[in-house]
Amino acid sequence: MSIQASSIRKTFGAFTALNGVDLNVSSGKLVALLGPSGSGKTTLLRIIAGLEFADEGSGQIRFHGTDVTRVPAGRRKVGFVFQHYALFRHMTIFENIAFGLKVRPRAERPARGKIAERVRFLLKLVQLEGLERRYPSQLSGGQRQRIALARALAVDPKVLLLDEPFGALDAKVRKDLRRWLRRFHDEIHLTTVFVTHDQEEALEIADEVVIMNQARVEQVGTPQEVYDRPASPFVYQFLGNVNVLRAQALANAGAHPGALESDGRVYVRPHDIEVVPHVPGSAGMIAVLRYIHAAGPQARLTLEQVQTRETVEVEIARSELTQLALKTGDIVNLRLRQGHSFADDYAI
Amino acid sequence: MASPVANTLSSLTGSTASPRATQDPAWVRWTLTGVALLFLTFFLALPLAAVFAEAFRRGVDAYFSSFADADAIASIRLTLLTALIAVPANLVFGIAAAWAIAKFDFRGKSVLITLIDLPFAVSPVISGLIYVLVFGLQGWWGAWLIEHDLKVIFAVPGIVLATTFVTFPFVARELIPLMQTQGSDEEFTAISLGANGWQTFWHVTVPNIKWGLLYGVILCNARAMGEFGAVSVVSGHIRGETNTMPLHVEILYNEYNFVGAFAVASLLAILAIVTLVLKALVEWRHAQTRGT
Repeated sequence: MSIQASSIRKTFGAFTALNGVDLNVSSGKLVALLGPSGSGKTTLLRIIAGLEFADEGSGQIRFHGTDVTRVPAGRRKVGFVFQHYALFRHMTIFENIAFGLKVRPRAERPARGKIAERVRFLLKLVQLEGLERRYPSQLSGGQRQRIALARALAVDPKVLLLDEPFGALDAKVRKDLRRWLRRFHDEIHLTTVFVTHDQEEALEIADEVVIMNQARVEQVGTPQEVYDRPASPFVYQFLGNVNVLRAQALANAGAHPGALESDGRVYVRPHDIEVVPHVPGSAGMIAVLRYIHAAGPQARLTLEQVQTRETVEVEIARSELTQLALKTGDIVNLRLRQGHSFADDYAI
Repeated sequence: MASPVANTLSSLTGSTASPRATQDPAWVRWTLTGVALLFLTFFLALPLAAVFAEAFRRGVDAYFSSFADADAIASIRLTLLTALIAVPANLVFGIAAAWAIAKFDFRGKSVLITLIDLPFAVSPVISGLIYVLVFGLQGWWGAWLIEHDLKVIFAVPGIVLATTFVTFPFVARELIPLMQTQGSDEEFTAISLGANGWQTFWHVTVPNIKWGLLYGVILCNARAMGEFGAVSVVSGHIRGETNTMPLHVEILYNEYNFVGAFAVASLLAILAIVTLVLKALVEWRHAQTRGT
């Protein structure tokens, strides 16, 4: 089922959480709402779920064309998973998953045997068979998250909404679980929206990334699109590391390949800078190597421009570092493979 | 390397199995422990023992015969009746107030929290006087009440009202922090899974707060049965009619009927001990359910 949100506004007293936000999620997609804390992404998710309502007179929420703006959460057919799982702590795993079926009115409630069958099916789906009798506190974080997912799926939702689904997990489990979620999504093809502040997570598993900042949507696109062609300085800085260089300094050094833009700033990814040994008179920005961080797949160099004394971060292959035989204090030339500029009127 | 200095050092540090950073010399520890024990004996254990010693001074028969007195029975009955009304009233109110305060944001919330604490802040005698001012003969509604032949002050309704007021905060105070730390995510989940408000309350909220609730009720009950000041002001001390147990103890004592006074007092003391045991049990159970 597709989701459309149109010009949604939400204020909490004097604070504007959402300022005329539009969102379109096509059926069967896995979409990430990405943004820093306070950008309004969780509020948007809760409004889609019906746990929060948009301001009077602002836009609509539509599920597959049907207006659900005024429909209460329980009747929207939405599965919602909280960051801290919100498992019912006094119920067993079985009772947790069965809850949504057991609270139905008598006429719609499945028979006892049917409920048990469904719970076992869901436990199998999230690969946690045999945990029926346990309590939430006896499970690990990753297991709890999957139980929360199974519980949300029990009522056969048409849309799955996940609020920071991996936020409370440690780094290793996080990675495993997010890949698992991607495979899981490929299996069940349920329209899914998840909120995250971790750009790596969003870029890795989402079909489409919606980047939010200060109560607005900044950019929408596939992970590749938003990473390669950021629409604003904010997106550039939020998605991965970036150097902001003064175009004038680059032009003086003959290091900038493209035309100069009006605001005089050039955004360059650390891996788009080439390091060459310093030869007097050759093209390139002259810089002093201040620090080498080589504990990782790539070497990160921190350099200081001689002319402006500004810091530049560069990433090069480990083999290249060995080849250049660099050490701190060396003077090198920096050349840009590509950079990006924005017009003046963008505010960061 | 066994130099004399090293030997001395090792004998100093080796005297205890594993020294702790927070440990003081032995004489400090024993003095502090001794002072604490002495204090407990004089101010808590001795008075408690004295109550029972006085109650049984004339023997077991005299002790039990003081409960055969009609006025004593009436006072016990009135105390039970008062608690039976005040505790459930405050149970309902406490849950409602804690629910509103912990799960919703509204204007005047901090005023409500302060109001809930009011009965703890004012002297119980003042609490009683408030009701005399409102319902008494010279009070705001005094004339109206007389016209309709309703008695509040110097009657059972006044006692119940004063007791309810004084024991107002116990349940709410217990539940508010508990509900605040638990947040509303479980309730939101239940609602998004299709549960209605009633189902959410009974299946999700109540099981999560039941131990805190029981704890609040036990404390509330103990105070409701033991309240003296506020009840004393509104009761009028009519024997066999408006005397609760604490008031009855006072009357007997003033009449030099020490055995009777201490016998009724011993009942209150037993109630206190039972309350403490229950409270410990509930705390223990609560810790257990949290731990698993």
